Amino acid sequence: MNWAEFFSMGGRGFYVWGSFGAFALGVLIEIIALRHRAMRAQATVNKEVR
Amino acid sequence: MNIYKYASPASFYPLAGKAWPFFAVTAAILVAVGLYISFFVAPTDFQQGEVYRVIFIHVPAAWMGMFIYLVMAGYGVLALSFNTRLAAMMMEALAPTGAMFTALALWTGALWGKPTWGAYWVWDARMTSTLILLFLYVGYIALNNAIEDRRRADKACALLVIVGSINVPIIYFSVKWWNTLHQGSSVSPVMAPKMAAIMVNGMLIMTLACWMYSIAVALVRVRAIIAEREAGAEWLSRSKA
Repeated sequence: MNWAEFFSMGGRGFYVWGSFGAFALGVLIEIIALRHRAMRAQATVNKEVR
Repeated sequence: MNIYKYASPASFYPLAGKAWPFFAVTAAILVAVGLYISFFVAPTDFQQGEVYRVIFIHVPAAWMGMFIYLVMAGYGVLALSFNTRLAAMMMEALAPTGAMFTALALWTGALWGKPTWGAYWVWDARMTSTLILLFLYVGYIALNNAIEDRRRADKACALLVIVGSINVPIIYFSVKWWNTLHQGSSVSPVMAPKMAAIMVNGMLIMTLACWMYSIAVALVRVRAIIAEREAGAEWLSRSKA
């Protein structure tokens, strides 16, 4: 398979990759934000243990 | 096993901590399989060409947006009728993910609409009611953050989510009840799918992946919420898990 052809998506690459890219970005942002929140919450718990 | 035991944050906290990696790993595997089908197995559509591949994320995102809202409404009923703290916490844990999926459904729909309909957006019933769903999520999050008193916030939010859930069947049936530019359902629980089997399968696998992802994320988030709300509780300091 030709990769240039694959990424062009029959000339509709902007729409297809714009959709899948936004999806990946959304998930990534949520995971990073959640990691941050979970670590902060865990830090509060750890502080109380001491 | 007494399932009511897990309605208590103290016993749910370690359970969620043990369970979420399982859902995360399952989600990762299903996404890999789903993406492979989306791009390498499913053939080019005879009408739309390659752009139809947006369906593999658009439909799962839209389903998740609606489904997560209904789950939140279910927790809202539990929170109001039994006054369980964990139910309100689960509402709070699910809302950001539901909002994200709804926003992605609108975004991918716009990018799919332009090349197929010639417009990113029209005010048809399906799209307008989905936009309202996004506003309901945002409204829930805003209300939840606006009220200082935790108990009052939980009650007000539960009520908002329950009343708002009337919008979900409106979204679902909008393509039947009104003349919409948005097409009718290609897949439904009561009919044979109007699509090639491999396309349906790819879509269902991606949907399952989104489910597993949502559960994993909600479990991690509810743990953070429990830790935030119960800060100072003795049981929390004892469980280092």
